[in-house]
Parts: sequence; C-alpha cells; structure tokens
Amino acid sequence: MIEAIVFYVFSAVLVASAVMVIFARNPVHSVLFLILCFFNAAGLFVLMGAEFLAMILVVVYVGAVAVLFLFVVMMLDVDFAALRAGYAKYLPVGAAVGVILAAELVFVLAPWAFSPSVPEAIAVPIPDPGQIHNTRALGLVLYDQYVFVFQAAGLILLVAMIGAIVLTLREREGVKRQSIPRQIARTRAEGVETVAVKSRQGVDV
Amino acid sequence: MTTDFLPGLARPEIFLACAGLFLLMVGAFGGENKVRTLSWLAIAALVIAALLNVVPAEGRATAFAGMLVVDGYAAFAKTLCFLATAAAILMGIEFNEREGFARVEYPVLMVFAALGMSIMVGANDLITLYMGLELQSLSLYVLAAIRRDSIRATEAGLKYFVLGALSSGLLLYGASLIYGFAGTTNFDVLAASMIDQAGATPIGVTFGIVFVSAALAFKVSAAPFHMWTPDVYEGAPTPVTAFFAAAPKMAAIALLARVMVGPFGPLVHDWQQIVVFLAIASMAIGSFAAIAQTNIKRLMAYSSIGHVGYALVGLASGDEAGVLGVLVYMAIYLAMNLAAFAAILCMKRDGRMVETISDLAGLARTQPVLAAALGIAMFSMAGIPPLAGFFGKMYVFLAAVSAGLYALAVIGVLASVVSAFYYLRIVKVMYFDAPAAGFDRRLETGPAVVLAAGSAITLLFFVWPAPLVSAAGAAAASLFAG
Repeated sequence: MIEAIVFYVFSAVLVASAVMVIFARNPVHSVLFLILCFFNAAGLFVLMGAEFLAMILVVVYVGAVAVLFLFVVMMLDVDFAALRAGYAKYLPVGAAVGVILAAELVFVLAPWAFSPSVPEAIAVPIPDPGQIHNTRALGLVLYDQYVFVFQAAGLILLVAMIGAIVLTLREREGVKRQSIPRQIARTRAEGVETVAVKSRQGVDV
Repeated sequence: MTTDFLPGLARPEIFLACAGLFLLMVGAFGGENKVRTLSWLAIAALVIAALLNVVPAEGRATAFAGMLVVDGYAAFAKTLCFLATAAAILMGIEFNEREGFARVEYPVLMVFAALGMSIMVGANDLITLYMGLELQSLSLYVLAAIRRDSIRATEAGLKYFVLGALSSGLLLYGASLIYGFAGTTNFDVLAASMIDQAGATPIGVTFGIVFVSAALAFKVSAAPFHMWTPDVYEGAPTPVTAFFAAAPKMAAIALLARVMVGPFGPLVHDWQQIVVFLAIASMAIGSFAAIAQTNIKRLMAYSSIGHVGYALVGLASGDEAGVLGVLVYMAIYLAMNLAAFAAILCMKRDGRMVETISDLAGLARTQPVLAAALGIAMFSMAGIPPLAGFFGKMYVFLAAVSAGLYALAVIGVLASVVSAFYYLRIVKVMYFDAPAAGFDRRLETGPAVVLAAGSAITLLFFVWPAPLVSAAGAAAASLFAG
C-alpha cells in the first residue's frame, strides 16, 4: 500500500517535471526541472531495489551532467524564443513524421518474437538479490566479463579528450602565467629596495 | 563466469594501447619538436603490432569471455590495417611539417585508430564491435579536422562527425533489436539462435540486420551512404585522406564481412539482397559520378566508393570464395591506393600543393618516373591485366559467378569499363597533353618510399601471387570454420 503510494508520487512528479523540461519558457528552469526529474527517477530505482543505479543517477546526472547543462545554458545565451519561431509552421510536418515513425515502430514491435534459445543465450544471468549485493553484482559483470570493452571505453574517452584539446587549445600571446619556481626563487634582495626619500622629492618608480 | 580470459591472445591490442599511451606521454613532455621521433616510434609500434599477430594452433580462439576472437581472418585484416596505417604516417611526416600542422597528437591518434580497427576486425560481440568502431571513428573525426585553421578541413571534420554519429545511432538501434530477439550480443550464440529461425526470419531481426548493415555501409562509404566521402576526402589534409581511403576501409569491410558471415550467416538470403544492392549502387556511383570530377582528391573519393562496390560483389556471394575475393581485392586496393595518394602528395609546385587533374598535364615529359608510377596505379585501378587490380576484380567476379549472381557480375564488369574512362583520362592527360609547369623535383622520402613499394606490389603481383592469395585463402577458411 505505502509502496504503491510512493511509486505513484514519484512517477507523477517525474512525468510532470519531464513535461515541464520541454515547456518551460526559461531554459534555466528547464534544467532545474530536469534535475527534479533525475531525483524522482532515482527514487523509482530505490523502490525497485537498485540502490546503486539510484546513487549513480544522482551523482553522475545531477552532480555532473545537469550542472554542465546549466553552465552551457547560462554561458551560451541561446535565444530560445528565436529557436521556437517556426514552431507552429513546422508542427504539421513534424507531427506527420512522428506519426509515421510511431506506426512503423508498431509494425516492427507488434509481431515481436523471441528466439527459442533465449533462456540459454541470455548474456549475463541475473543473480538473486538475496545472495549478492547489486553493487557487487554489477562490479563482477563489468570488471570480469566485460573488462575488455570497459578498457576500450576508457580509451575512447581518452581519444575524445585528446581530440578536444587538439582542436581547441591555442597558445595565446601575451598571457601572464604564474611561474612557481620563479616565485620561490625570489629573494628579499630583488623584491624590496630601501630608499632614503628626501623631503619634497618623492621616488622614481 | 570467465571460462576463457586468455589476455595473451589480445597481444597486438594490448601492445598498441600501451604504445599509444607511451607516445602520448613522450609527446606531452617532449613538445612539438619531437613529432618526427614520435612518427617513427608510431610506425615501429604498428610494425611490431603486426608481427605480434598470431593465429592460435587450434585455428580460432576467443579471449575475454568471448568478447574478442583471434583467428586467421582477424590476423590477416589486422596486419593489413597496421601496415597501411604505418604507410599513411610515413607519407605524412614531411607534409605535415611543411604545411605547419605537425602535431604530436597526429601519430598518437593514428595509433589509437589502428587499435580501434584491430578491435573491430577481432570483434566477437556486438559491444566489442561498437567499441572498436567508435574508437576508430572518433580518432578519424579528429584527424579530419586536425588542420584546424583551414575552413575546409574543419568542415570536413564536422560533416564526418555529425554523419558518423548518425550512423553509430543506426548501428546501436539495429544492435538493440537483435539483442531483443536473441537475448545475447555474442556472435557465436547469435549465430546459433539465428539457425533456429532459418526459413522465416522475424521482422525485428530483419530490421536489425538492415540497420546494422546500413551503419556499416556508411563506414565503408558504400552508396547510398557515401555522401560524406567526397567532401571529407577533399577537405581533409592529403595524408589524412590517404589514410582514410586505406586502413579504415579495410577494417570496415573486414568487419562487415565478419558480421554478415558470422552471426547473420544462417540468414544469408536476407542480407544477400542488401549487399547486392549496395554493391551495384556503389559501382554505379563510383563510375559515373567520378567522370565529372576535376579535383583529383574528389576523384579518388568516388574511385574508392567504386572499389568498395567491387569488394562487396565478393561478399554478396556469401561463401568462402567470395570472402577470399574480398580479402585479395582489399589487399591489392590498399597497395594501389596508397601508391596513388603518394603520387598525389608529390603534386606540389613551388612548395604549394596542387590538386586538379589538369595540373598533371604532360607530367610524362617533366617527371617520367612519377608519371609512370601514377600510370601504373591508374591502369591497375581500371583493372587492366597483368596489373594487380585485374586479379582483385577477377577473384570477386569469379566468386559472384560461381554463386550464381550473373547479373551482378555483368553489372560489375560494365561499371569497371565505365570507370576505366576516367582512370585512363588521367594517363592521357599525363602522357599526351601539352606540359604544364613541372612539379617540384625533390620528392620527399615518405611518399617516395610508399610510391615505390605500392607500385612494385601492383606491378609484380602477377609474378608471385601465391603468398597473398594463400594467406587470404587461409583467412577466409578460418572465418567459415568458426
């Protein structure tokens, strides 16, 4: 009973905030609704007993991705009103494409058949949650069976990082940089000068 | 859970990954004046990786819990990919310095791209396939735009990236449909569950195959998924274009053949028509669209689309002879294509690159050796015996005929006649037109070496074809044995 109520509360807020992400006029509000959305989805994961996924969702999506979005939205200053200008004009075409795609999906998915060998073929057996903690179960799969592709994914991220640096990093002229060795090597002798200032004459700077 | 971990089988991959990281460190601490050293180190690493390839005694073995397969087929394709990548790095060393974009990341990204190709051709799981493909593609996107001050190179990189991302999306969608049907991503298990279905293929699986083959057709730039090719080939710096037209194409074709013959092997009647269509469309586009080109890099782009079409003729037959044809064709294609691009890299006048076909006018009188080498490459691409290109075409067309695909073989021969027109026009421009101002006399070492090696292979293949053909035969046999 209480579980059902919690489920419906989380789901209702999730759907409502997802709708608001699209319809909010202010893009910053959209991102804030997105964060609300993530929190509620995390709640649903906890209800299903997938506490690790719930925490990852909060840490990665709320902590990193949503904040990144917020930065982008604030720094780019996109004029969303201008982007939406042709909304009414393109709505019929967009809706037609959407309906056709949906119909095609129905045609593909409605007569869906599973291979008879699915039970034996299932790539990773689902362990009994009573036997094994789900963080541990995920770790066993990720670092054991899929370790090769896990490492490959790491290399892909490395290449993405190299790419971003190659394509955007520029050496700019005339930038003052901090040089810690020079700062440390400075002595009192070269930093401070004692001058006997004569009255009414000042000093040359 | 892990019955067969066997990381020793992934020797070339592990070595290349470590080498790439090491080169990155050398580059990061050594700075821009280490580029030449780095390029040579990268070439050495690729050659060593090619030597580390081994075929297991039992013919075929999987490593990392079935994620990666090592067999004669993978070893053959990897060796070619590594050597072609090394040749591309070699061709670019001096060019990049001269054009002012010699960057330490260039050889590093090439090594990572080669690693991606190696993972692709050794994929035994849809996830491995995707990871290899992305590692390779991401490196290529960056390489296309590496000359970031040139608008055309930036445009090429962006176009390639956007369309490549779209094709990756198609691939993932197809893969998810196939996973939804079979409950597994492993190729061996997939093949087994497809056998159950032989006869009536469920519509979801058909859709999955269509999406996956469309995405892979994009990666090999087969028509009608070829639109990005001319723009990217023209915009990217020439050594990068030479690389794009060689190693990644080999890897993607090898991957396509593995996916079609392996997990989808029992459904050959479903995918055969797709491959036949891709082959015909590519051959047609490759022959007709190239006629109107004036820029030699664009011409080579259309030519490469055509060559992919011929290679797909071999795959369309779906049997061992067909795959043998694909491998021989691609190996020969690599040699003649690298030679042609090495010649294009020599096309510079007063230190500036020129790219139009009319600049080649009368080359036979100003630089007879260069003209002869480019002529050999062109005759070979046109498929004129006794040059290597003829034998490549012969193997794929024979496979198609023996599989009963007569119409496909006839269209292939006709397309190759049409394409002979523009290949021979280049020869005509070089030998019979009034000489334009000659190119700079001094050839750079890299292109000269690749040009000599590529021309020698193209010219002398018919004298001693046994090593390549028997290696390709063993590779094709190992693909069908699994």
